[in-house]
Amino acid sequence: MSEFWIHPALVLFAGCVLLPLVPERMRKAVLLGVPSFAFARMLTLEAGVFGEVTFLDWTLTFGRVDALSIVFGHIMCLMAVIATLYGLHVKRVEEHVASWVYAGSSIGAIFAGDLLTLFLFWELMALSSVFLIWFRGRSGSMQAGYRYLLVHMAGGVALLAGIVLHYKGTGSMAFVAMDVGNPSAAVWLIMVGFILNAAVPPLHAWLPDAYGEATFNGSVFLCAFTTKTAVYALCRGMPGFDVLVPLGVVMALYGVVYAVLENDSRRLLAYHIISQVGYMVAGVGLGDPDTAVGQLALNGVCAHAFAHILYKGLLFMGTGTVLHMTGESRFSRLGGLYLKMPWTFLFTLVGGLSISAFPLFSGFVSKSMIVAAGFESHTLWAAFLLMLASAGTFLHTGLKVPYFIWFGKNHCSKETWERAADPGWNMTAAMALTAFLCVFIGCYTPYLYDMLPYTAAYEPYTSYHVSETMQVLLFTALGFFLFLKKLEPEEKISLDLDYFYRKGAAAFYWIARTPVQALDRDWGEAWRQLALVPTMAWARFVARFDNQVVDGIVDGVGATVRGLGARLRGLQRGSLQESLTVAAAVTACVVIAVLLLTRGS
Amino acid sequence: MSLLKTIEFLRSRLRLLVRASFGVLALLIVLDAIPAVVDKHHAHTAVERFPGFWSIFGFVACVLIIFLSKWYGKAGIMTREDRYDE
Repeated sequence: MSEFWIHPALVLFAGCVLLPLVPERMRKAVLLGVPSFAFARMLTLEAGVFGEVTFLDWTLTFGRVDALSIVFGHIMCLMAVIATLYGLHVKRVEEHVASWVYAGSSIGAIFAGDLLTLFLFWELMALSSVFLIWFRGRSGSMQAGYRYLLVHMAGGVALLAGIVLHYKGTGSMAFVAMDVGNPSAAVWLIMVGFILNAAVPPLHAWLPDAYGEATFNGSVFLCAFTTKTAVYALCRGMPGFDVLVPLGVVMALYGVVYAVLENDSRRLLAYHIISQVGYMVAGVGLGDPDTAVGQLALNGVCAHAFAHILYKGLLFMGTGTVLHMTGESRFSRLGGLYLKMPWTFLFTLVGGLSISAFPLFSGFVSKSMIVAAGFESHTLWAAFLLMLASAGTFLHTGLKVPYFIWFGKNHCSKETWERAADPGWNMTAAMALTAFLCVFIGCYTPYLYDMLPYTAAYEPYTSYHVSETMQVLLFTALGFFLFLKKLEPEEKISLDLDYFYRKGAAAFYWIARTPVQALDRDWGEAWRQLALVPTMAWARFVARFDNQVVDGIVDGVGATVRGLGARLRGLQRGSLQESLTVAAAVTACVVIAVLLLTRGS
Repeated sequence: MSLLKTIEFLRSRLRLLVRASFGVLALLIVLDAIPAVVDKHHAHTAVERFPGFWSIFGFVACVLIIFLSKWYGKAGIMTREDRYDE
């Protein structure tokens, strides 16, 4: 163990302690300084194993630094800087603290070398991130927060059960690639824990539910950390687990379908997280690290997670800005805002083009690696369906979001329109920085590619790939404008699988209100009849017994003792002569009696 | 503000913009058909060698996604906003 090794997460945790203590005028400096320091620390990390702590029989490893953890740690620290900058003007210190604990625990999970440490940070992520939902303060957010917490706790239980079984089976707590060729019950349980956080259907409904309800900058944090930590965990623990390929493809399409129906811009983006993480999950499934194609897939997963955190953050910043400035996030109450918020439009458009994998934007150099691995491993159905989902991505995030917020028919209320404006300097700067990075990654590939864990060579800018992408995307745009009427937003919500536990909660209340209350009432009556009445009778009997028998005995004994005492008192008047006389008389009687009796015998 | 002016400038020439866009779409298919420009050695399947395959794929994908999703939504998935409030 190294003598002095600073964990990047520790910097953020220390910042959480420091932040409430600094005076308000210095707060912004601390807000910018702490995550920047964590990022700087991240950049100086060297590969190796650090921060080992012995706990009971186990060795907890807090700092396993290798190529895979570095690429995820790098982007998470960077996003902590950007997202904090974006929410710099937020006055509530608690919100910053919750964000940093959340980001820190995510980074902690990335560098965890054993399953116990991973679990510790995994739970801390859920516990801290729920505050980013609750702090919005409206009743919908409170309820969504509780649902989020319950779902994640359930996932945590599955993960813990898997870890315990895994330890029993293998005798090791080390977090390394598991035997996915012959998956044991432990591996399945751990996978359930992982894919719940990755929002794989049917364990996905918490994501749009929660991210649509979070605060405007809470969502920027949320969209970066939970799902991508899960992608990292899958990458580390289950590369090449073939069941992940169909799961990932279903995810990619599922998100696209719901995005068509969605009226809330931030929920639409949340569904597109599911869709994009689908590419990564499928990539992990294709990613057998022993083959060249598998290594390409795993590199693709890392690259796409990296690019995704930036462009999705940018998209959530753009729509979050609209929500923050106008108070509205539904397409059916927005429109025509290019006149008021042109810069926000431009940055959101860059995010939209990046997620859609337009050439020169970040998604183009990352997403295509996974699809290419699909084609090269001859998993053609998966590759074609992922291409189909790409068309859907551009349709919604690249076209529907910008069009219905900034162009289209103006549905803004007078108040919304008056409030609309480009945001303050810090929000604009955060968006501009992220937009720059999205373009930078797309244009200068070595920045990202040199960080990737495997050496699989990949060149995104071939004439064929550019032509293929441009055709798919631009003909999707043609379809969008031809069927624009079909896509007009409707003031509706779409039922998803959270229906069951929302209704489950209602059913629980109903059971509590009706049968349980009836049972309580009837049981009370039965109790009265069967137990209270005999008890009262017994009590009355006991009271009488007590009054008459016990008290009688006690009183009788008392009276006897008192009488005896009075008599004895007569003997004890202190007159020596009288006492001697009595004693002599008694002695004489005894002597006479003895003499008479002995004579007789 | 220059960004706003640029957007206004483009919007005022919408008809020209639409024509230019159609031109770009046609150009894409034409370029895709010229082997010297688009090297189809990178294609993975035989159908991809058909000129403009990905154009058709993109358009069909878009139409499928719109219509199937809307059908799914109308089949009872889309509901009023206060559905959960009762």
